[in-house]
Amino acid sequence: MVANVKDKAVIVGIGNTKFSKESGVSELSLAVQAVKAAIDDAGLKPSDIDGMATFTMDTNDEIEVARALGVGELTFYGRSHYGGGAATSCLHQATMAVATGMAETVVVYRALNGRSGHRFSGGVAGDITTSDAIHWGWYMPYGLLTPASWVAMFTERWMHNTGVTKDALFEVAHSTRVYGANNPAAFFYGRHFDRAEYDAARTIASPLQLFDCCQESDGGSAVIVTTPERARDLKQPAVSVRGVAQCAADNQEQMTSFYREEFAGIPEMERAAENVYAMSGLTVDDIDAAVIYDAFSPIVLWQLEAWGFCGNGESGDFVLDGALRTDGRLPTNTHGGQLSEAYIHGVNGIVEATRLVRGTSVNQPAKDVNHALVTSGVGIPTGGAILGKMN
Amino acid sequence: MTANELNAFEDEINAFVGREVCPPTPAKDDVNTAMIRQWTEIIGDTNPAYTNEAWAAKSTRGKSIAPPAMMYVWGQEGFAVTTGRPADAQADLVSLFNKHGYTGVLGTNVKQEYFKEVSPNDNVVMEMVIDNISERKTTGRGPGYFFETLSTFTNQHGEKIGTQRFKVLKFIPQEQPAAAAAEDTLQVPTRIASPRGHDNKWWWDACDAGKVLIQRCKNCQTLRHPPRPMCGECQSMEWDSIESTLDGEVLSHTELHHPKIPGYQYPLVCAVIRLGEGTNIVSNVVGCDPSAVHIGMRVKGKVEQVDEKTMLPQFYPA
Repeated sequence: MVANVKDKAVIVGIGNTKFSKESGVSELSLAVQAVKAAIDDAGLKPSDIDGMATFTMDTNDEIEVARALGVGELTFYGRSHYGGGAATSCLHQATMAVATGMAETVVVYRALNGRSGHRFSGGVAGDITTSDAIHWGWYMPYGLLTPASWVAMFTERWMHNTGVTKDALFEVAHSTRVYGANNPAAFFYGRHFDRAEYDAARTIASPLQLFDCCQESDGGSAVIVTTPERARDLKQPAVSVRGVAQCAADNQEQMTSFYREEFAGIPEMERAAENVYAMSGLTVDDIDAAVIYDAFSPIVLWQLEAWGFCGNGESGDFVLDGALRTDGRLPTNTHGGQLSEAYIHGVNGIVEATRLVRGTSVNQPAKDVNHALVTSGVGIPTGGAILGKMN
Repeated sequence: MTANELNAFEDEINAFVGREVCPPTPAKDDVNTAMIRQWTEIIGDTNPAYTNEAWAAKSTRGKSIAPPAMMYVWGQEGFAVTTGRPADAQADLVSLFNKHGYTGVLGTNVKQEYFKEVSPNDNVVMEMVIDNISERKTTGRGPGYFFETLSTFTNQHGEKIGTQRFKVLKFIPQEQPAAAAAEDTLQVPTRIASPRGHDNKWWWDACDAGKVLIQRCKNCQTLRHPPRPMCGECQSMEWDSIESTLDGEVLSHTELHHPKIPGYQYPLVCAVIRLGEGTNIVSNVVGCDPSAVHIGMRVKGKVEQVDEKTMLPQFYPA
């Protein structure tokens, strides 16, 4: 059964803080700045917010954000787990809350000092005996303890199985950075990047090199979700949630699902895609542009396959045809992605997907964008959403 | 020292937190190629971005840069320090520690962060403050305090190029036998161990004893790894285990280059290995060049002591 929340919730406000490598402020400050920017963008007041959705990894308690902003009463707060898998899961939470009437106006936020504070590249460690820590215990003693190393293990096998080469990884890394070079908010703004630099960069965890990896950033992003009725009075054209889904697949681990019969795949995203298509009544042909979670270049390729833009093992050829570029089949990560704008755990991606539908991306494709796809991180329980113009 | 005396002493040392050690001071010499060349020769760093002008001119920077780690070099006094340093807040703090018996000194770590590059003819300006002092700690060397200086480096335009934190332990040296014992307990980093709980402790205990076990459902005989409390096939919570022969095949692998984690020896290869019994395990492949590891490779494992505290299965080419 597919729940139907199609067009029952809409995005009416988006906000980012400045992205940097050293914000000099607290994560709470970033969170409230991002939420305030989204509230202003929507033409709302803080007291209009009655619900919040964020990541379990976020350090900013809903009540602290609410108190700092002067939001007042909250009647919904829900958190989503599994790192970057939570990006569209927060949108999923917000959509369910709005569609069921648990809240009228929900803000999704994520704010982190990901470079000047805790860095993901530092790896996992720990002496707390939770099921999560015990899970990492099967990898830490061997030195497999960074996101790059976990993704590298999948990538090596996937390249072996499919014959996809680093040419395709470079195309993802490069097309994204070309967008970033044109985005004043991006870390890569104004920066030249070419194959020679890509090839010469140090290896992080083979086969992944430096430019296959995303930024580590300080910053915050927020989007505001409300009902189509409420949206009519607001400042911005509403962007509708056509479909949204999350999925944890069989035999799932967090970043280390190495125990499946064939582990070089992301069945959880295939299932989420199936549900989003069913919910929205749309097909892959209806999607005009995308923001595909790009913590690492190869994971974009796997998701193109999971969402059916090409067949399994064909994503290399698909991107090498220029599909991700501004005049291609699927302009993707037009803000520069997490590879080159900033790593805000995918919520800056929801902001950009909203802009693509509004027609306000800094790299807006020439064609009409009626529907944009946005996805969460993979290798973990994940999901995605299709956003579309209000009818 | 009585509690009151200790409090008074701590008030006195804590008053140093935030004090300036040196005001913003431009280096006597600008960043220059001669010093960069000597430094990189000694360190053995052959990066052409530092010393190959022709290469650097064609790089994206268009010019050579100084190694960021040299940041602290430019402001050094040089030969003059052999006749003593001028008094500053740090020297005053050190003599205060010495006066109270904390005569031992151990530089414990340096942490640099880089924000902007400098090139020949730039000038590096350094300022330093005493950033923090720890509470009283009991260390292997004796009781003492850690204090940390924070140096901030800017270029001639006032743009921040980096920071350096330098942590020093000032301690009361212990009597010889105690000091010798303390020496033995000085910690060499070891691999990060798995936490051990109800569901996995038995596995790691067996590993410590030299065996790799695979959990087996007592009801339907299905093998499972990593261990968990219930069989996903038949929901039985009754289980025993079998010992793996550690014959395996590499399903995927990665060589870890960056970051290098203290306690691990590099080169380091991790792999997903399908054991002959049918379950998969993540481990290291050792005993061959990392570039020789490949998907489909046959490997044979044995449980080995990999550092002072850690027993782990390690797989060799079969």
